[in-house]
Formats: sequence, structure tokens, C-alpha cells
Amino acid sequence: MENNLALQMRAIRKTFPGVVALNNVDFDLRRGEVHILLGENGAGKSTLMKILSGAYQKDSGKILLNNREIEIKNPRHSCELGIGIIYQELNLVPHLSAAENIFLGREPAAFGLIDKKRMNQSAQRLLAGLGMDFDPQRLVRELSIAEQQMVEIAKAISLDARILIMDEPTSALTEREIKELFARIRLLKSDGVSIIYISHRMEELFEIGDRVTVLRDGNWVGTHNIAEVTKPELIRMMVNRELTQQFPKIKAPRGREVLRVEGLSRNDALTRISFSLYEGEILGISGLLGSGRTELARAIFGLDKIDAGSIQVKGRLQKITSPRQAINLGFGFLTEDRKTQGLVLPLSVQENICLPSVERFSRFGVVSNSEETEAAGRFLKDLRIKATGLGQRVIYLSGGNQQKVVLSKWLCSNGNILIFDEPTRGIDVGSKAEIYQLMNQLTAAGTAILMISSDLPEILGMSDRILVMHQGRINGEFSAADATQEQILHCALGEAA
Amino acid sequence: MTLKAYVALHGRQFGTLFGLIVLCAVMWILTPHFLTVSNLLNVAEQTAIIAIIAAGMTFVIITAGIDLSVGSVLAFSGVVLASLLQKGVPLVPALAIGIGVGFFTGVLNGLLITIGRLPPFIATLGMMSVARGAALLYTGGRPISGFSDSFRYLATGKPLGIPMPVLAMLAIFFMAYFLLTKTKLGRYTYAIGGNEEATILSGVNVRLYKTLIYGICGGLAGLAATILTARLNSAQPIAGMNYELDAIAATVIGGTSLMGGEGHVFGTLIGALIIGVLRNGLTLLNISSFAQQIIIGLVIIVAVLLDMALKKSRR
Repeated sequence: MENNLALQMRAIRKTFPGVVALNNVDFDLRRGEVHILLGENGAGKSTLMKILSGAYQKDSGKILLNNREIEIKNPRHSCELGIGIIYQELNLVPHLSAAENIFLGREPAAFGLIDKKRMNQSAQRLLAGLGMDFDPQRLVRELSIAEQQMVEIAKAISLDARILIMDEPTSALTEREIKELFARIRLLKSDGVSIIYISHRMEELFEIGDRVTVLRDGNWVGTHNIAEVTKPELIRMMVNRELTQQFPKIKAPRGREVLRVEGLSRNDALTRISFSLYEGEILGISGLLGSGRTELARAIFGLDKIDAGSIQVKGRLQKITSPRQAINLGFGFLTEDRKTQGLVLPLSVQENICLPSVERFSRFGVVSNSEETEAAGRFLKDLRIKATGLGQRVIYLSGGNQQKVVLSKWLCSNGNILIFDEPTRGIDVGSKAEIYQLMNQLTAAGTAILMISSDLPEILGMSDRILVMHQGRINGEFSAADATQEQILHCALGEAA
Repeated sequence: MTLKAYVALHGRQFGTLFGLIVLCAVMWILTPHFLTVSNLLNVAEQTAIIAIIAAGMTFVIITAGIDLSVGSVLAFSGVVLASLLQKGVPLVPALAIGIGVGFFTGVLNGLLITIGRLPPFIATLGMMSVARGAALLYTGGRPISGFSDSFRYLATGKPLGIPMPVLAMLAIFFMAYFLLTKTKLGRYTYAIGGNEEATILSGVNVRLYKTLIYGICGGLAGLAATILTARLNSAQPIAGMNYELDAIAATVIGGTSLMGGEGHVFGTLIGALIIGVLRNGLTLLNISSFAQQIIIGLVIIVAVLLDMALKKSRR
């Protein structure tokens, strides 16, 4: 049974409580090829790679390395098997030198002392093999991102890696550095190293890839030679999902303009963002991770300083410098991570709902418990929050109910311009539908909603208009009624709208 | 709130209280003299100074912070107060300045932590040394002794038969309880410790409140200095050594989590009393102070181990 396969993954299945992350996914890798792994956020790419690198254990399925079945027990074992992984956020120790990083944990030693000279020489050789000529004694924190990446690759090579996983390796590189990286990748290929390459950037895929596998919602969709597919075909494979979720969108009449952002810029995260938001409207903001969506929300909410541009709220120019000011202007911010940013987990439902409004419930610094109970109780009932009572700690609530508590918090502070960042992430289907219903009720009452979401059906299903961000800019605007998932994804990937 | 729900919510405090009662019972069996009114008042009086400091420490620890400087701040406040009194400054302004020194030292800690972004451990470790040095420098290392009777009354007075330090302690704990449970400041104290980022996002001026909380902690160290100075009729630049550790121990035995977001000030009072009863009882039993240290250390460890086990079983 002679073949050219370095790796075969057969019918890999992995579940987490409540979700199937991978459903019988097949993936194989030829010797000396660059195999692209493609899919939307949450499609299962990272899970598959974490199984390969030993960070996760598969539930079922087989992995064959050089045609021999293996069980990858842990990350160390994966390393020993010759699988190297270069993470998006590099895993180096910034205060150590390049050479020290490459040989971390296995420094060449003599009599228990580290043989620095030998270590530096070996590092130099490894880096030279990758065409790099910087001094391996330089501290990693002084190196550019591209150089740091090379240190990671050198480290993997020195561990005899025959399979390299690269997760979005070009996301932080300049054009020139990308060209250089590709040259190194070709060098590695010619040495027979196989590379699994994860990226969203379509142009790159066609330049560097040999084959491509597309995942969608944890399922294998297809594997093709890169020469035999086109960009639109790939995009269709990525997004063409059944619209199993129901979006109970009820269009509210559009009222007056409540927010106008003009020319908003913040260092290199946001560039000249302009848009308007109206009463009763849901304005969807789509874009890939890191496209600046959350940064935009933070800047509007007064959390991050803006370098240029203006914000008008209800017709008046405002300089928002703190969340307090934003809240007083009627903003509410449902952050993408409920647990680290939205809620104070050890506190009760009531205390969380009232946190931004404590001022209003206080006289001379003393909080009126009865007023709080009345206000919080109303939201508990109206939003049908399932809790044993107002005194229950929010840590014990389900994701959907926690999200309702966060929403109550901003309704309690009289928020009427609400920013929802990934409003239904990690929430079960039933609660999702409830959150959507609540959004309808809010817009019917004239509330304006800015909805950031990675979930394309959600963006299309719930928004009135959609802005698509790409690298800190707005790359296109669509009316939700006549946009398609393909168009949005094209635009999010940087194509002109 | 039903009794059951109340116990569920405050079960930890009942546990500590139960521990204190058991401890008292054991001491009573071992040495009958323990359970006399005069001895119990004696215990309460000895506990008062640590307890008052621990009340402030509870605020700080609920915000997930720590204040290592309280012992030194006590010494510095004490010598400033003493020198003012000896220069003939009237009682009330002298007290105000003495406690004010503690408060402003605490505020300085707070500013280092909020504006300077130093970890609380580092900021207050530095302040611990600075305040101690300041107290020594200010006095040339010598104690300042001998005060008027009206000042000494703050420690020796016994209105209604209850020693002043005990009254002060009770007053402070009721105030602290009120602040923590009924006011904006208290709510924000728990919120900051539970999730600082979510609290900032909720529009709370976290810097202001944190700074204020360290100020309160320092101010209470200043108050403790007043009582200690009046009691000893002397202010010593080396007073309050290791008091920060006793205050932290009392807070932790009382069930306040060093992770922040949780804790009750009456738990701290019970924690301080447990340490006080242990010291007193062991001394009555003629156990050497060396062995006492070992026993108190073990009590801290066992209390927290029990607490963790209880929390786990309740999940």
C-alpha cells in the first residue's frame, strides 16, 4: 500500500457540550504539498488542527501518519511525531533570544551548563537554512513579526517537523514579508515538508496552495486541486448552508437619525469610518475576525481614544471619552464576551442589571433596594429570564439567560442605541430566537441597534442594512433585503462591493 | 428571603461563627477562667486594633487587591499624632490629622495602583517600607510617650462598662457593614473585585472608587493608631509590625476570597476574634508564644482548606 500521503485523518468526530464541532471530517496531506484549510469562523478548522497538535482528543475517527495508525496523546507527543504548529499569535518568550527560544527546553548543555556558543551556532544554521541572516542572540521582542515567525518555523524544523501547520501566517505581515514567507514555504516544500495552511485571504490561496479542503459547520464539504476551482466556487462551498434557523425579523419604521459617525479613525485599527444609524433600525456589521468591528464599537462607546473623526448623537456633536458619558447619551454595549466583559459573575441578577444605573437608584450614596428590586423585577419578567430569583448569582445562569441579563442592564440604564457584539454566540437555538424577538420589540419601540456578527445568516436575517468591514475600513454597504451570503463574504475578504 | 435561602447565601459566615463558638467552648473546658466577663472584654479589647485594620482590609481584598502597608501606616500615623499632641495641638484637630495621614497614605496607594497601574502587592509593599522609614525618620527611632488623660480616655475609658476600643470596633464594623451592603461604594467594591472590566464598561469610575477604598483602608489604620497610642500611652515608630498579616489572616479566615468579589465584613470580625481568642486562650494555658505562632498558622490554613471544601460540595 505505497502512497504519497504524509497524513490521513479519517472520519474525525469531536463534540463539546451542546455542539458537534467536527462531524466525521476527512482530511489528508501529501508529502511536500501545501494544503489549504478553508472555512468560516467556527467551521471547525481550529478544532481539527488542535486534534492534530494534541491539544484536544478526538471522540472517534482514525489518524494515520505515514500510513501507520497513531493516537496523538498530547502536544508534546505531537511534536515528537514531527508535527509542528505555528500559531496566529506567536508562542515565543519575548525576553529570551531567538536562539534560546528555538532550543527552549532542550538547550545543548555541557556539565549541566548551557553551551551558549553551540546553541547560537545551531540557531544561526537553522535560520540561514530559511534564508534569514539576523543574529540569533537578538531578543525576540526586538524582532519583527515576520522574523518572529521565522524563529517559530526554525524551532519546528529543529524538532524535525515533517508537517507544519500555519494558522493565518500572513495576517500581520506586509506585502514584501508575505512574498518572502512564500519563498521559504517553497523551500520547505522542496525538502518534502508538508504544510497545512489556514487563511482567509483568497489571493494567497491561489498563489501558494496545491490543494484546498473546505469545512462548513463542522462538516467536510470538499477537497479540490487549487487549479480546478475558482474563487466564487470556494465561497459558495464555505457559506452555502441550509437556513435552518428562523429569523423572525419584523421591519420597524425607520425614524430620525440617532447616530452619525464621520471619518472615524484610530491608529491602524480603524480608517475613516462613516455611517449613520436610525431609530428602529438594525444596522448589521459584518467582517472577518480582526477587521475592526469590535474596535469600532469600543471607540464609539468611549473605551478607546479616537485619532480623528466625529460622532453625532441625536443631532448633536459629542466627544465621548468614557463609558459613563456614552451610557448617559443612551448607548448600551453588549460585548462579545459575556463572562469577561458583560457580567460580574459572583454578583446577583439584580446587582448586574442595576450596575450601570446604581446612581439613579441612590440618594446620598445609599442604594434603594426597593427601587432596584422593582426595576430588575420588571426585566426579569418582561425578558423571561429563567432564574430562581433576583438574588441568584448570574454565574449559575445559562448562556441565553446571561445574555438577557446583559440586555436588561442596558435597558435599565435607558439605553436606546444598543451595540450588540455577537449577540447569540454560544447560545442555544431556543434562546437565540428569544433574543431576536427582543430585538424586534426594541426596534418597534424606536431603539436603534448596531449588530456586529460573524454569523452571516444572522446578519442577513436580522439587519435592515449591512456594512461590511475589511482591514479597519468599511468595504461595502448592502441592503439586507437583496444581499447574498456570497456577496457579503466577497466583500469581507476585501473584494470591491 | 427565606431562612434557607439566607443560610445558603451566608452559610460561610455561620461556619466561621460556629468555629468561634467551638473554639470558645474548648477554651472554657480547658481553662474556666476564659469565660469570665473581664477576660472576654480583655479579648475583645486586644482584638479591636487588628479588627479595625481588618475591616479596611476587607474592602481592599473584596476588590481583589491587597494592602501590605497598613502596619507601617499605623506607625506613621501614630507618631504624627503623638508629636502633634505633645506640641499642644488640641485633641480633635490632632486626631483628624493623625487619621488623615493614614487616609492620604492610602489614597497614595490607590493612585499608584489606578493611575500608576502597579499591582497592589507591589505598590503597598513599597509603601510599607516608605511609611515605616518615615515613622523612624520623624522620631529619630525613639518612642513619643506621655499624653493627657482626655486622650488616654480613648483607650482606657469604659462607658457603660465597655472599653472604648471595643465600642470603636463595633461602630466601625456596623459602618463598614452599612457601606458594603447598602451603598453605591459597597456595590462597586464587589463589582470591581468580581469583574473590573465589566464594571468599567458599566460606566463606573473604577479609578475613583478604588482609590477611595485604599484611602478608607489607610484611614482605618490611622484610627487603629490612635487607639494603640492611647492604650500604650506611647507612640512607637516600630509599632504595628506584621499587623498587615494578622489583618489579612482575619479577613481570609472570615471567608473573604483573595480572588475578589466575595466577602463579608462580619466574617472578618469573627476571623479577628478567632485569632484573639486563640492568643488569649493559649496564653492562659501557658503555651509559649513560639508554639502559639505555629497554632495560629495552622488555623489559617485549615480554615481556608475547609472553606474550599465547603464551596466545592455546594456546587
